[in-house]
Amino acid sequence: MTSFSPVLAPPSLSRRRLLAAGAGLGLQMWGSRVLAASSRRKFVLVILRGAADGLSITPPVADGDYVALRRELAITEAALPLDGDFGLHPELKTVHRLMGAGQGRFAPAVAMPAAGRSHFEAQDRLEAAAGNDVSSGWLNRAMAALGGGSTPEGLSVGPVAPLVMRGDLATSSWSPGRTVETAARLPMLVQDLYADDPLLGPALARGLKTEVLAQANLARLAADLPDASGTMNSAKLSRTLLGDNRDAGRLGGAVAGFMREDEGADVVAVSLDGFDTHANQAGALSRRLAYLDALLAGLQGGLGGGWRETVVLVVTEFGRTARVNGTSGTDHGTASTALLLGGGLKAGGLIGDWPTLQESRLFENRDLASTTDLRSLFKGVLADHLGLERRTLDTTVFPDSAQARPIFGLV
Amino acid sequence: MALPDRDLQAAIAATRFGLGARPGEIKAVRSDPQGFLLAQTAPRGVPNPLRALPRDRVEALQEFRQAQSAFQQANQQQDRKARDLRPELNARRAALRDQIASDVLQRAALGATTEQGFAERWALFWANHFSVGAGNFVRTATIGPYETAAIRPHVFGRFADLLVAAETHPAMLLYLDQNASVGPDSPLAQRTARRPDAKRQLGLNENLAREILELHTVGVDGGYTQADVTEFARALTGLSFRGFNAPAEKAGETYFREIAHQPGPRSVMGVAYEVEGEAQALAILNDLAARPQTARFISRKIARHFVADDPPAALVARLEAVWRDTDGALDQVAAALIAAPEAWAPAPAKFKTPYEFMISSWRAVNAAPRKPADLAMLTAMGHRPFYAPSPEGWPDEAAAWATPDGIIKRLVWTQDFAPQVIGTADPSEVAAQALGARLSPATARAVARAESRGEGLALLLMSPEFQRR
Repeated sequence: MTSFSPVLAPPSLSRRRLLAAGAGLGLQMWGSRVLAASSRRKFVLVILRGAADGLSITPPVADGDYVALRRELAITEAALPLDGDFGLHPELKTVHRLMGAGQGRFAPAVAMPAAGRSHFEAQDRLEAAAGNDVSSGWLNRAMAALGGGSTPEGLSVGPVAPLVMRGDLATSSWSPGRTVETAARLPMLVQDLYADDPLLGPALARGLKTEVLAQANLARLAADLPDASGTMNSAKLSRTLLGDNRDAGRLGGAVAGFMREDEGADVVAVSLDGFDTHANQAGALSRRLAYLDALLAGLQGGLGGGWRETVVLVVTEFGRTARVNGTSGTDHGTASTALLLGGGLKAGGLIGDWPTLQESRLFENRDLASTTDLRSLFKGVLADHLGLERRTLDTTVFPDSAQARPIFGLV
Repeated sequence: MALPDRDLQAAIAATRFGLGARPGEIKAVRSDPQGFLLAQTAPRGVPNPLRALPRDRVEALQEFRQAQSAFQQANQQQDRKARDLRPELNARRAALRDQIASDVLQRAALGATTEQGFAERWALFWANHFSVGAGNFVRTATIGPYETAAIRPHVFGRFADLLVAAETHPAMLLYLDQNASVGPDSPLAQRTARRPDAKRQLGLNENLAREILELHTVGVDGGYTQADVTEFARALTGLSFRGFNAPAEKAGETYFREIAHQPGPRSVMGVAYEVEGEAQALAILNDLAARPQTARFISRKIARHFVADDPPAALVARLEAVWRDTDGALDQVAAALIAAPEAWAPAPAKFKTPYEFMISSWRAVNAAPRKPADLAMLTAMGHRPFYAPSPEGWPDEAAAWATPDGIIKRLVWTQDFAPQVIGTADPSEVAAQALGARLSPATARAVARAESRGEGLALLLMSPEFQRR
């Protein structure tokens, strides 16, 4: 199969314009200039928790060993066609449309180094990406490193902060639910009580700020999406979103709303769980991938023109066994697929090499082997899209990672 | 390290070790805070919230499964009868849903009213350690009975007994796919493979074996390999339970399914197991329980839960030593925790989880949740009981819970809750009773200055010291 060699592509139009704008400021300033001059650049990280099965997300339809290994779980005729070698899971219709328009690419055999096969340790490694130090996440360090007046606003979706967003730089979090009247007495009195509290004070301040944005955002979304009676107000919509999130598209739209606000989010982390498919994988995975696809559709639609300046990266902590197990599921494996989407991507398909599923190529005779360090993908996107410098990426954002070379030229 | 004064000890006993002080509790505890806690470490177990017996639950599950199969069968054959069967299925489903909601409610109500707050916290710690998360109806309906039968009776007994009870309960077997794991060389797999119409191969599912090693015993750094996981999974094959379509008296029972067991001796973490059959898995479980890595891993987790997200090393070492010396006698481990000066440090280092926050709020006003809707906000806070996101259970660190959104959700809930429950009580008195010597002058002042009783209580509940323990 094909292999990809990272190419230093010529700068895109927008980058060329920015380079011209930043001429004379010197290379050192370049990173922060990109963000300052282009405050609309957005990045969304979607983490699929539980080890999502890459061999079902981008089924390697032309690999001669695939059907024999996967038996009843192999996705062949049903796959949405990509390049002949790979297809997409039938539920990933939005992803398919984007890839068809040159706005999506995939890396079919990525993993973190030494991820292991424990979900929790591997998720820590994926999010901290700093060896055994799990005190902060790489997205937080990346945002902090941009520094100066260009520090982006970070937002995680969900009541529990994911490790990837934790760290020295304060970030926001939001999840659908009932709203609080931010101008009322109680929030202000509680803020007074938290004045000297280093944990709760900043958290409440950020929460209240996000709440103001949320109310504006939900009001607009409610106007865009009237329900059958035409009377969807923001409180009602917020409850709808809370539900069991069946309507992932609306959640995607709400997240996009935050990103469109002037002081809204630049860098967003969203987690989806439920990918640990040890038994009866086909149905469970279809439901979760349909949810992912609807979320991405809502996000893209909600961003409108902002989609051109947005990059979305979908990753998981590790892949699943190449062989189906005894319960029509798969067990913990090694490499999986990452999806890269965005209106400003350079056209292209596969990222990295395909190791094949030949028995001799399987890692420890059971898993799809990794050909690409996930950090190389992270670094490429952070460098080209957000303008982080190579040295910062190799040392601060991903400590001691010089050997994981950025994959440039994706954006 | 000296202990703080008696008033502070009493407040710490009720709020850090316990689930929060009810009115009068701190005063009652003051004469002997340590003795108050020790008296709760009864080896016979922890009080049980559920009135329903597991047998009732099995019957409800059977009725549901029967209605479900009857409906599905008719539906598949496109039989018009399916339409007539649907109401029965819906009724059975609703009955089960009510029972699940009742399990959650009864547990929360016990937390809000128990006089043994430490024992309840200790039980919740172990239920989270051996976490079983909700899934389909059948699995979710097993969680309440699982905590009742497998966890609560053993939490002050020997760890090995708790381990075996948890890993062999149908809830755990269902949760971690153990029922479907079949030895590739077992008679069952061989027989199935010979069938001409065999659609799939029966085989191993490693899920339970891996999580026992990683989460329940030696921990991820416990020194096991992928080969150990696979060997352990082979040994566990045959461990199973009878489904709810089985004859009435057998349904829902754990049993050893010999024909699914992978024959032969096994080797796990350097120990050879010649013994065969059911005894093989039990021998491995008992050996894992006795490993020093297990003592270390779980002692740290206990210290982290009770004392600080990054617990003092000396405390962990002491718990670990008692665990090893007593062969995992959990009442002795609890006693060592109660005796440890580090556990009585004055500053509240632990941030309450949403469940702890809400339970302690009810306790502060001498009330309890009465209907499932009273707990609905836990879902929005990301802490819906029985719905732990993974086998690792709920997180235990402030970094996970003290988020902007998490604080906003607490504020929203408090805003509704406080005016409803305060009645004619004096919020300053509620504050004094709920926090005792832990009440700060700033919070006492804010509560006293509030413009309404409801606002006063809301400020107490949202105060930095009430949010922590």
